[in-house]
Amino acid sequence: MKVRKQKAISFDEARRRRGLQVLAVLSALIAAVFVISMNTGYIHLTPPQLLHTLLGRGTDKQELILFDFRLPRIVISILIGAGLAVSGAVMQGVFRNDLADPGILGINAGAGLMVMLLVSFYPATTAAPVFMLPLVAFVGAACTAAMIYALAYKRHEGISPIRLLLTGVAVAAGMSAAMIVLTLRLDPDKYQFVATWLAGSIWGTSWKFVLSLLPWILILLPYVIYKARVMNVLNLGDQTATGLGAAVTKEQFRLLGAAVGLAAASVAVSGGIGFVGLVGPHLARRLVGPKHQLMLPASALLGSLLVLTADTIGRWILQPSEIPAGIVVAVIGAPYFLYLLARTRS
Amino acid sequence: MSQQTATGTGPLRRQNEVKLRSRPWAATLILVGGLIALALGIAVSVSFGAADIKLPVVWNAIFHFNPDITDHQIIRELRLPRVLGGVMIGASFAVAGAIMQGMTRNPLADSGLMGINSGAGFALALVFAFMPNLPFMGLILYAFAGAGAGAAVVYGIGSLAKGGLTPERLVLAGAALSALLSALSEGVALYFKIGQDLAFWYAGGIAGTKWFQLKIMFPWVFVAILGAIALSRSITMLSLGEDIAKGLGQRTGLVKLAGALIVLVLAGSSVSVVGAVGFIGLIIPHLTRYLVGVDYRWIIPCSAVLGSLLVVLADLTARTIIPQHETPLGAILALIGVPFFLYLARKERREL
Repeated sequence: MKVRKQKAISFDEARRRRGLQVLAVLSALIAAVFVISMNTGYIHLTPPQLLHTLLGRGTDKQELILFDFRLPRIVISILIGAGLAVSGAVMQGVFRNDLADPGILGINAGAGLMVMLLVSFYPATTAAPVFMLPLVAFVGAACTAAMIYALAYKRHEGISPIRLLLTGVAVAAGMSAAMIVLTLRLDPDKYQFVATWLAGSIWGTSWKFVLSLLPWILILLPYVIYKARVMNVLNLGDQTATGLGAAVTKEQFRLLGAAVGLAAASVAVSGGIGFVGLVGPHLARRLVGPKHQLMLPASALLGSLLVLTADTIGRWILQPSEIPAGIVVAVIGAPYFLYLLARTRS
Repeated sequence: MSQQTATGTGPLRRQNEVKLRSRPWAATLILVGGLIALALGIAVSVSFGAADIKLPVVWNAIFHFNPDITDHQIIRELRLPRVLGGVMIGASFAVAGAIMQGMTRNPLADSGLMGINSGAGFALALVFAFMPNLPFMGLILYAFAGAGAGAAVVYGIGSLAKGGLTPERLVLAGAALSALLSALSEGVALYFKIGQDLAFWYAGGIAGTKWFQLKIMFPWVFVAILGAIALSRSITMLSLGEDIAKGLGQRTGLVKLAGALIVLVLAGSSVSVVGAVGFIGLIIPHLTRYLVGVDYRWIIPCSAVLGSLLVVLADLTARTIIPQHETPLGAILALIGVPFFLYLARKERREL
């Protein structure tokens, strides 16, 4: 008996240790891709040049490229990757649905529609008030989430996982269509913007976009990780969770609000990147197990790694033209979604 | 008490009987009225546009063509092929949807939702990239192959799943495959710098329809729709369930193969002209079934007529809703189609 208990503790401890190792490795990988990404682009910077520029001894041109173009974009990739992945992790947890993801559920599209409307009132895309973007996106995303919930909800049955996804996919298609129709009406030149947004290009690439996104991530991400224990309990099922003393409905509402906020703020400065919220949490669960204390940070890191790598590949593979990060992510994420779909039971 | 229940269920049962019955009169009415409405729609569509052209001029342009008059040129070269293209693809997508829904007893079946359109579209992207000089005839054949591959992947993944092939699973697999293929197509377009050629594919539009495309497409579509009508009796039997169809002595495998080929030809050739336009094959067969009953001998021709009408009207809307700008046809159809899809996905009982 005693031995057994000890074994259980050590198993938990081993898992925690392993989890921390995984987190360290992931951080190291992100740092590596970070460096590669700084080197990648139309104008090549050699590692010594890079170092010089970072230390403030580069030419004006090198500084411009690095500090004004590449660095903000890299930082944004990291932030939205973390935001989207954690958002997906929360949705999967709350809905207990393996296939949930803010992109697939149409929440990104709802945020995008509002961003599009805001942007279309300004003559140039970049003239829009950047700090408003995440807020407006949040309103759009929250309305969409409420709509999807209402449409998928059935009395006596609640929400079935597949119906939720189906509703989300359809709403996303409708939102994209509305985006095209509305923006054409407002300004024909904005069509290009809509097209790149839908393709999932990271469009906000200056420091002010970073600043507008940062508070959302800095507040919501720790909040969700702080709620990791609650999410562990929620995972046991509504009845068990209630029995264990969790205010299930209230907690679900708060967590979903945080998830919607993370997704909305992320896509407000990037394009509609899907599948990050699907792939990140799944891989994280495989690497560190289902406990949210480790799973959520691991998801965040994996999401950052995924988007950063995708953006770097997109910039590198077809120089001088770029492939939007969303396309690269979709090429990785869609087959994974199909694989999961084939595995889950109805 | 017992009397009450009897009166309670009586009307309900009668209603069911009415629903299950086929209504040849309604069907005939739709065929005749639909064709008249279609002719009117074509006339209005040809005369409306950036340059308003009076109907008599339209008449003259068609029957007494004079190449020196600009209006005649506009009608002959731009508007007529466009509206006729709309008629053909509307009929094709609608009939393809009707066959799919009937054969698979899947209320959510539509070539757009099942990955068939995006398969054909991806094949076109590859053809534009690697064989830019391929004639349209060859292009269409590749589109058929792509459509087949898309369908195979979606059905393959759908049936791999534990718990079997459900309509919802097929839609989700179709959505994921579409996301993947459109990402790949976009990558191909960027790599080979053929974005211009492929632009139609994203938006879905019949604006660029050319006479030569219609000439090549027409025999395929015509034969396929005739084939669908010839097959319609067997499809009605299949729609009762595969066991019943077998019991009635049908060789279901053969019928399914023929039906699948027809669907691929219809969807593939339409996609190669207008790109991945969805939802026609979802809305129209349901509407038709509601109007004419469950007999596919009536559903298929009526679907063809109503599908054409829908596309002609949607295209007219797309051109006139915002003057000067053309709204992509695919977007208009999605705006109509999505609420309908949501309604179907929610519905409890599935009647096919």
